[in-house]
Amino acid sequence: MKANFKYNLIWLIVMIAGFYLINTLILVGVIDSFIANMLVTIGINIILATGLNLIIGFAGQFSLGHAGFMAIGAYATAIVTQTASSPVGFYASIFIGIIVSIIAALIVGIPTLRLRGDYLAIATMGASEIIRIIINNLKMTGGAAGMFNIPQFADWPTVYIMVCLTTIIIVNFIHSRAGRAVKSVREDEIAAEAMGINITKWKLAAFVLGASTAAVAGSLHASYLQTIAPNDFGIMESISILIIVVLGGVGSITGTFVAAVVLGVLDTVLQNFGALRMVIYAIALVMIMIFKPSGLLGTWEFSVKRLFSRSKRKERVES
Amino acid sequence: MRTLLKVDNVVKNFSGLTAVSNVSMHLDTNELVALIGPNGAGKTTLFNLLTGVIPVSSGSIVLNSDSGTYPLNGKPAYTIAKMGLSRTFQNIRLFKDLTVMENVLIAMTSKVKEGFIPTIFRFPSYYKTEKQLAEKAKQLLEIFELENDTDVLAKNLPYGTQRKLEIVRALATEPQILFLDEPAAGMNPEETAELTQLIIKVQRKFHITILLIEHDMSLVMNLAQRIYVLDHGSLLAKGTPAEIQSNPAVIKAYLGEEVD
Repeated sequence: MKANFKYNLIWLIVMIAGFYLINTLILVGVIDSFIANMLVTIGINIILATGLNLIIGFAGQFSLGHAGFMAIGAYATAIVTQTASSPVGFYASIFIGIIVSIIAALIVGIPTLRLRGDYLAIATMGASEIIRIIINNLKMTGGAAGMFNIPQFADWPTVYIMVCLTTIIIVNFIHSRAGRAVKSVREDEIAAEAMGINITKWKLAAFVLGASTAAVAGSLHASYLQTIAPNDFGIMESISILIIVVLGGVGSITGTFVAAVVLGVLDTVLQNFGALRMVIYAIALVMIMIFKPSGLLGTWEFSVKRLFSRSKRKERVES
Repeated sequence: MRTLLKVDNVVKNFSGLTAVSNVSMHLDTNELVALIGPNGAGKTTLFNLLTGVIPVSSGSIVLNSDSGTYPLNGKPAYTIAKMGLSRTFQNIRLFKDLTVMENVLIAMTSKVKEGFIPTIFRFPSYYKTEKQLAEKAKQLLEIFELENDTDVLAKNLPYGTQRKLEIVRALATEPQILFLDEPAAGMNPEETAELTQLIIKVQRKFHITILLIEHDMSLVMNLAQRIYVLDHGSLLAKGTPAEIQSNPAVIKAYLGEEVD
């Protein structure tokens, strides 16, 4: 019990230290608004990709509809904060986004999660397109033009805290009874059922949790950028989230973090190269897939606990 | 001794092909029963029907447990598993990319209730249940001398140990009836002998009923108290090992008929 407390405390210190590091760098002027922008984008991508990694990497369900759930969160925030422009309104809008995305995930998930592999990918892609097209044709969402002048409540500290919070939720989910059940579904559905695991329930649980974190990311996206349009949440957005997951390693949350940072920085650096940017970006992706097909980190996971037990073992050997 | 599982006139049709036809059998408490038959007789299909992997076309399967009588046909596999019918598979179906410990812990999933919020925010109750589960799993692994392999990925275990782990995993669900589908398949005589001892040990220690499919006749004759013989989907014979060994119909099914 005490050891667990120690590990949790270390993580808490790491998170607070990270916060003050960025804060100081901004005060000193090392991080200008351009880099701060990049950091926020990376943060939002981390939230999106860890959620998708839970669905793809841990539950083994190949979903291509993540952008649809992100759209739900984004529009919930846009609509709510334009009428109730206050921090309370903003947090209420995140909550509303989560609730709506959970309902949408249940409606999409119950029929489609019976499918496997490519079929599931196509079905979830279709579902996400349906969400986008509904938004495109509603009056309250501003149609194809989208929504402007959304009040900005999400600054980088909000995004930072949300990244920490969603990561804690997803990592704790994975390292629990629930996470083991979800992983068993990925490994072998027939064996999982024979062990008393309701596979439909656990697939849905992972799908719904992933979708609700995507809605949070969408809310942050809308509130930070202040402008959203249905086309921001098309199939390309789903694929760019998928790229982060695959590149970092399917089944590694640490890998997702690394890939989101690497791709975020790469994208920003390459902006100076103009048209060459997409070519270099694509080549980088192809290279990583050739030399490290399982992603940058495979299924490796950073663990404070392991770090400690290793250094302890070393001490024992040395003494 | 009382009847634990009663199977009445179970039929399974696969679009025209009758894989199992009108099979009736019963399993008593604390009994070790073998199910034998030539290849393609429908043994594994019958296992799949009993454990709910595939639904029966007609017939009834009823469990008479301590807490009452439950019909099992039409129930999904996970409900049947929760009611106390656990199994192993002919072609090993471990969770290959997970550790030995995780394999056992997964089988205990339905035994504990832990809410979403306590899990996500790591309440003390979460650590308590996790610790209890880990201890229970460790005790079980110790019985089978697997306690030093807890962090090994299941796919990296030797073949015989994988078969053993599948039995441990099935036992972790705390079953009343354990179904073993060819546990000795692919084992050498030495390993088979070890497995025989293991199965006897399991039955004595856990006081459960075991139904096993096996082609290794020495194992079957040594272990089983009763034997059911399946051929072409229907029950050919039933009885004690001695009765089965001298049954002309069984000999005919296995060896064929003498030509004059």
